[in-house]
Amino acid sequence: MVKTDRSMEVVENRHKSLGLSDEQVIEMYRIMLLARRIDERMWLLNRSGKIPFVVSCQGQEAAQVGASFALDRDKDYALPYYRDVGVVLAFGMTTQDLMLQAYAKAEDPNSGGRQMPGHFGQHKNRLVTGSSPVTTQVPHAVGIALAARMEKKDLVSFVTFGEGSSNQGDFHEGANFAGVHKLPVIFMVENNQYAISVPLSKQVACEKISDRAIGYGMPGVTVDGNDPLEVYSAVKEAADRARKGEGPSLIEALTYRLTPHSSDDDDRSYRERDEVDRAKEKDGVLTFASYLRDIGILTEELEKQMNDEISSIIDDATDYAERAPYADADTIYRYVYGEQGGE
Amino acid sequence: MAQMTMIQAITDALRTELKNDENVLVFGEDVGQNGGVFRATEGLQAEFGEDRVFDTPLAESGIAAMALGLALEGYRPVPEIQFFGFVYEAMDAISGQIARIRYRSGGTQSAPITIRSPFGGGVHTPELHADSLEGLVAQQPGLKVVIPSTPYDAKGLLISSLRDNDPVVFLEHMKLYRSFREEVPEEEYTVEIGKAEVRREGTDVTLIAYGAMVHSSLKAAEELEKEGISAEVIDLRTVMPIDIDTIVESVKKTGRVVVIQEAQKQAGMASYIVTEIQERAILHLEAPVLRVAAPDTVYAFTQAEEVWLPGYNDIIEKAKQVINF
Repeated sequence: MVKTDRSMEVVENRHKSLGLSDEQVIEMYRIMLLARRIDERMWLLNRSGKIPFVVSCQGQEAAQVGASFALDRDKDYALPYYRDVGVVLAFGMTTQDLMLQAYAKAEDPNSGGRQMPGHFGQHKNRLVTGSSPVTTQVPHAVGIALAARMEKKDLVSFVTFGEGSSNQGDFHEGANFAGVHKLPVIFMVENNQYAISVPLSKQVACEKISDRAIGYGMPGVTVDGNDPLEVYSAVKEAADRARKGEGPSLIEALTYRLTPHSSDDDDRSYRERDEVDRAKEKDGVLTFASYLRDIGILTEELEKQMNDEISSIIDDATDYAERAPYADADTIYRYVYGEQGGE
Repeated sequence: MAQMTMIQAITDALRTELKNDENVLVFGEDVGQNGGVFRATEGLQAEFGEDRVFDTPLAESGIAAMALGLALEGYRPVPEIQFFGFVYEAMDAISGQIARIRYRSGGTQSAPITIRSPFGGGVHTPELHADSLEGLVAQQPGLKVVIPSTPYDAKGLLISSLRDNDPVVFLEHMKLYRSFREEVPEEEYTVEIGKAEVRREGTDVTLIAYGAMVHSSLKAAEELEKEGISAEVIDLRTVMPIDIDTIVESVKKTGRVVVIQEAQKQAGMASYIVTEIQERAILHLEAPVLRVAAPDTVYAFTQAEEVWLPGYNDIIEKAKQVINF
């Protein structure tokens, strides 16, 4: 922070020193905002009876998008968890794809309407699905990294999960194997403070989830998950290490879940409104916008243009998904086993 | 007497045994402060404290395995698996460890654990939330598997399960949680594990079911009656061990049987029951025993769910087939 005089602050340009252009940070913000607006629309659609279920990204977009930008999104794998709207958008899933899965329509690229919403998987964008019992994606990510190592492919396997998932056996087994074999995996915990209703203090005894890294022989860092640049920097460093054959990393992004666990949950029974209100003040979508305005690259005009564009993308995607046909019930027998001559 | 839904009857049974036996512990994901995602444990933490009703980290394998440790120290743990499809995460703890501790210790140790879990289709939950996996646990010697179909039975069977010295997997059909109320005594009572109940007497055909399919079978029986067919409906209530005596007695009377399960047809409870019948009562049969079950696919997506799940029409159709054989 450089002060020129008492009344005017010149905000330090933090992204240039990270090697990010103005266009890149504006694009980061655009995806964060798009994720937020898609999520908000989904709640409206749920409350009006149009879609059955929402599980939100709200409060975690900064970590999701900041991390994704530090990866090679043409080569690397992402194994997201159910809140990662920001990750999947950054990796190439479209708003229309997301709406199709929310409506569980036949054209949904994730599963043709067969899976729960939020179980993101899209072959062409190297997005691999998780499952309903959490953390299944972690050992899968390690397997992909092992395959990459054996095939001498230059790719990083990026896997995300909530802090709750860091208590599953799958986390331990995956992290340990990746550590032993120095595999190119980035384990990113999006610590949003709650496993549905159970607060962090009842989930773990360590001060930081990243403290667990030492047990797996990998570096562990905790960063502010509301700041996409801080997350970008940590993931970039981890990706560089992974590509150099120096092994996995554990990154803990501190965030806050701004919504109830899902559209079927009521969080008033287990957390105070004050706490949620305080967290909203640190919302990464707002603070990053302030940063971009302060350094002069998010102009009023650009902001309006971006908002209008996002609204229209979401409107179109919603209309499309709403009109799209459901999977025909007769297709239930498909994809249980391989088909003759087939897929 | 009070009118209760099944979920209220379950909470009432847990409260009864938390009061009766200080060794009873209730734990799992979101069961404490939140009272469970279906409110099965609502108010129990406030009433009995955080030592006896508590939230666990999100770790199914750990939840089930820890229950065994507690049981070996004399507690009667009642862990909850939030949805029974998540039991795969805990299968080693349940089938590999809990079910076998009595055998492995030469009878010197036991695991008086009741694993509670919601399951079952028809409420638009996706795969791994709705799956009927009772066959998976019923195959494991050492476990008892209980599936109530009414609020009264839910309370009495849950109390019996908690008092049982063997591990019990207690499966609660989500569709029945709040679908109807009935009279449930506020005082304690038990319903014996391993005993079926004849829900409706009949002479022409026996319909054998459990869980939500009991209600579909009763509906089918009503419809059949309009056509002059008298169907007997047996609610197994416990699927392992099954009450073969009640089944055989009914088979001797009707000579015709349809076995109904909500699970996929392959390798399920119905196949097992059919085998038991033909081994014990084949000379009393007038027709092959038929099954009603879901198709052999992964649990159906929502748009196909109603078509996929067995319904009373499927039961009527099979009943007519065995009668017209």
